Amino acid sequence: MNNESQIVMASNSRSPLTAEQTAFLKDRAQFVRLETVRLIEIAKVGHYTSVFSCAEILAALFYDVMSLRRGEPRWPDRDRFLLGKGHAAVGLYPILADHGFIPKETLENYTRLGNPLGDHPDMTKVPGIDFSSGSIGHALSNGAGMAIGGRKLNKDFTVFTLLGDGEMQEGQVWEAALFAAHHRLGRLIAIVDRNGYQLDGKVDDVIGIESLADKWRSFNWIVHEVDGHNVAELTLLLRTLKADMARKQPVCVIAKTVKGKGVSHMETEPGWHLGYLAPVDAQAAIEEIMRTER
Amino acid sequence: MKNQLSPDSWQYRSLNAITPGLNYFSDALIDLVEKGYPIIAGSGDLQFSNGLNRFASRYPNRYIQFGISEQNMVSVAAGIATTGQMPFVATFASFLGLLCCEQIRMDVAYCQQPVRLIGHHTGISLGFYGTSHHATEDISTMRAIAGLTVISPADGPSFAAAIRASVEWQEPIYFRIGRGREPDVYDKNMTFEIGKAIEHSQGEDLTIIACGMPVKSALDAADALRNDGISVGVIDMATIKPLDRQAILAAAKRSRLLITVEEHNIIGGLGAAVAEVLADEGCGIKLFRHGIRDEYSLIAPPNHLYAHYKLDAAGVEAVARGAMAKAGNASINAV
Repeated sequence: MNNESQIVMASNSRSPLTAEQTAFLKDRAQFVRLETVRLIEIAKVGHYTSVFSCAEILAALFYDVMSLRRGEPRWPDRDRFLLGKGHAAVGLYPILADHGFIPKETLENYTRLGNPLGDHPDMTKVPGIDFSSGSIGHALSNGAGMAIGGRKLNKDFTVFTLLGDGEMQEGQVWEAALFAAHHRLGRLIAIVDRNGYQLDGKVDDVIGIESLADKWRSFNWIVHEVDGHNVAELTLLLRTLKADMARKQPVCVIAKTVKGKGVSHMETEPGWHLGYLAPVDAQAAIEEIMRTER
Repeated sequence: MKNQLSPDSWQYRSLNAITPGLNYFSDALIDLVEKGYPIIAGSGDLQFSNGLNRFASRYPNRYIQFGISEQNMVSVAAGIATTGQMPFVATFASFLGLLCCEQIRMDVAYCQQPVRLIGHHTGISLGFYGTSHHATEDISTMRAIAGLTVISPADGPSFAAAIRASVEWQEPIYFRIGRGREPDVYDKNMTFEIGKAIEHSQGEDLTIIACGMPVKSALDAADALRNDGISVGVIDMATIKPLDRQAILAAAKRSRLLITVEEHNIIGGLGAAVAEVLADEGCGIKLFRHGIRDEYSLIAPPNHLYAHYKLDAAGVEAVARGAMAKAGNASINAV
């Protein structure tokens, strides 16, 4: 088999998305939300809204931007993905199964004794997880290490690190930011899921992080701000960034998102960062997600 | 006109010249690079303290400057390891074994990344720099982390030999080393076997089990004790985890008293590890744990501190005589 034919997606194009591509990615974001509701019903507790805010980001990366090979989670030339906000892993596992990295049946026992899939992702147990997470603030450093490793190996893979906006409060993020800019890690891209909320409330009420874009710029990163739910715009930006092989600066994409996007009562109640929908409410959430324009 | 300075004057960048023991680390890594191993070394603004400046000038593209951001350093090293490179990262043990404890647990050990962590200037070897720079808890923190090997070499040659051995070792490793001024115990061509105690001698009256710098003190103390007809054995327990349980059990069977000696709090360190084995196996032998007795060390020049805390040869000898005198009729650790 030709290697190229195994590539799930390796869009080096800077072209705007076609209508079909946009529709496909919307469908995949909906798939992430629906699967999240389904899997959390098994666990009886989970981070719905943390996934809903980044569903389009996950869809754009895993179904368009990243170079991946179906069924080959350890392919050395793959683009890397690190989930700094590890509590959103429930939205990532269905994608890994869809790409043939883990058996689909594994999803059915999500979080149950003996199953590798927990609330936070474990690289030693789950093929397709490029690095474990769960302790907020490490992932950008881990990703910087991968970018350095790639440079030593003369590989040009891109390292995408999805960070929470609450994560910006961790000091290590800024150690990594200084480090990556100093070492000119142009293959490192941080995406901040700027949904505005963390466990205790609004990020800007807990410990404010604005002006976030200015902070990253002052750390010598290239900064882009984008609507994190406009999958066409977001994907085009990420395609363009990935295609720029000459860049010597790391890039921060601040994706403006809505926590709980897609389920109206979750969009207005921050407590849904962690919770459980009883079957009747889960069904209503599924119906609302299904009704959302695709 | 260039100032003419006394030969006794020195500045930070000339530390290698006046501390040849610092070269063991870089030379071992240079040797591995020359053998084809994909070594990456890094440090956090301490390359002259740990001697990695020597490696950095030889292989600048294989050296990473991390600046004063130790936690980032550990996490980056774990990321590097995922790409198949072999990272060795170093900083003071007080920072590595305590400040970076969670990054070591989470990114290195839990993620099973074969990073080599070098905590240097461990114990009280930074003397009057103060408690902030002392590391008397790092054995305790590091050995409690699952999937992490803990090695405390006695000198430069055994550290270099352990680095050579580490390329075949799958687990990540925490090396606990001194300040590069430890007197040599071993020949520079020695072979280090990770997980295997180095038995220097056997004794019926007592066995001293030591790690790190105090191994040399224990060997010299044993010589003095033998002059008085005391049958004393010495074990260098250079690998603290995985611990050579058989060596401990054999010593417990052979000797009437065991003494552990470490530049570390007696809580959680080598002495505690040995005590766990003795208790597990119901050995019933008396054990005296010698080290820092759950306190913050005084400040003073290192050799003054070693004398004060009885970690030099005379001190270990005195501790051994005291422990032997009381062993017959007192409870464990009554000295």
